[in-house]
Amino acid sequence: MITFDHVTKLYRPGVGLDDVCVKIDKGEFVFLVGPSGAGKSTFVKLLLKDLTPDSGNIQVGDYHVNKLSNRMVPKYRRKIGTVFQDFKLLPKKTAYENVAFAMEVLHKPSRQIRKQVPQILSLVGISDKADKYPHELAGGEQQRVAIARAIVNNPQVLIADEPTGNLDPATAWGIMDLLDQINLRGTTVIMVTHAKEIVNKMDRRIIAIDKGRVIHDSKEYYAGPMGGDEE
Amino acid sequence: MIGSLFYNIKQAFVQIFRNRGMSAASIFSILAMLLILGLVFIIIVNVNLFSEIVKQDYDQVEVFIKDGATQAEIDECIETLKAKPGVTNVTFRSQEDALAIMKERWGESGYLLDSLGENPLPASIMIEVDSLDNASSVASAAGKFEIIEDVQYYKETVDKLTKITHFLQIACMIIMAFLVVVSVVVVSNTIKLTVMARSDEIHIMRYVGANNWFIRGPFMVEGIVIGLIASAIASGAICLIYKKLVETIGDQVFAIVSSPLISVQYMTVNLTIIFVALGCSIGAWGSIVSMRKYLKA
Repeated sequence: MITFDHVTKLYRPGVGLDDVCVKIDKGEFVFLVGPSGAGKSTFVKLLLKDLTPDSGNIQVGDYHVNKLSNRMVPKYRRKIGTVFQDFKLLPKKTAYENVAFAMEVLHKPSRQIRKQVPQILSLVGISDKADKYPHELAGGEQQRVAIARAIVNNPQVLIADEPTGNLDPATAWGIMDLLDQINLRGTTVIMVTHAKEIVNKMDRRIIAIDKGRVIHDSKEYYAGPMGGDEE
Repeated sequence: MIGSLFYNIKQAFVQIFRNRGMSAASIFSILAMLLILGLVFIIIVNVNLFSEIVKQDYDQVEVFIKDGATQAEIDECIETLKAKPGVTNVTFRSQEDALAIMKERWGESGYLLDSLGENPLPASIMIEVDSLDNASSVASAAGKFEIIEDVQYYKETVDKLTKITHFLQIACMIIMAFLVVVSVVVVSNTIKLTVMARSDEIHIMRYVGANNWFIRGPFMVEGIVIGLIASAIASGAICLIYKKLVETIGDQVFAIVSSPLISVQYMTVNLTIIFVALGCSIGAWGSIVSMRKYLKA
């Protein structure tokens, strides 16, 4: 599904990604951990084609990501759902409109939008907040809207960049349950995180990056540096 | 396609309302520019009209005939002048005609002329020329006839007037060009601010997989709608001002320079067209230009 083949993207020696090989299968749930500046964001940005690698190949599904023309990037991004630490909801749109927007971008017929958006909102558990603007919602609720937006078009891959970073532990676990559910429906989930507790409790594949290199890749308990507040 | 057009227009109105602070700022800066442009435009158009009318009024040479000239002499003179190059029309004006014209010019005071016992005005020949440049040669040819007492034409006056109006026109053009540049800078900066305030929004659209035209669409329509609103207000305001102006000083202007002001209707129609075109294009262009930096892939 996702293949990083000797991918290098260095800003300067030791910063960025250095000769990374990773293979992620369809339907996997993967944690991407490592200290700040280790290369996690570079990994995500390369995956989103926000950056182009210096060398190496990135393949996602049928897409040769590093060879995509600018015109093709929007098309490619529609196959990938993205969730961010700061939610990145459109502030002047309601929860419903934020989710609907992701479908409008794809020129989905409005009948389908009216049918599907409420379904997704109820799946993430915020049907009753559909008409609220982001600033009227709690952090966990905003993140649920963001997740609804990310999955409404049935992406093959969901990238979650520290989705629980701004949330208290109880809310964070709610979000993890939701991501787990989405993964069970067959979506590949890649979650970047600092949250040691979550990573080690979930019992999933853990890829640890440090100084641009993969230093750990297994389901084993990972005790190395993860960055974040715990350190 | 039609669906997405409606989508864009609907979105534009929703977003303008939700970002009303910034929208108002944009509307005001476009409005200010249009108002100043409109005033300059009013000046320029009226000066144009004035100079045209003056030129029309004075594209003729009048030669006065001595008292006692015979009809045959007069006819000969007329025939000769008719053959001159550049002469478009020659008419004879008898003493009685001259008096009637003067009466008309004097208007309500015309009755004063009735008390004249004898008609003191000379008969004359009006020679219309296609351009004032031909007036001098016609004048000198006419002066050679015995029966001609005096030749009158206004080349120097008109030349001076033309020079002044020409200068005014150029000055106004320069001011206008300057204004357009300044206002485009101001407006595009204002729009840049609105776009910057929403750069997050653009980033998000890109992450959701919106292509560049999908992102630009609503911003562009917003720019156009903002331009439309500004130009509607500007047209209304300028036309009211102009109407008031014509009503209060139009007659006086006519009395002084014997040229009417351009009609309110003509001004309204033309200014509205100019305002709408300018407002919309600045709005749309401003949005597209200020978005460019956020849409680089």
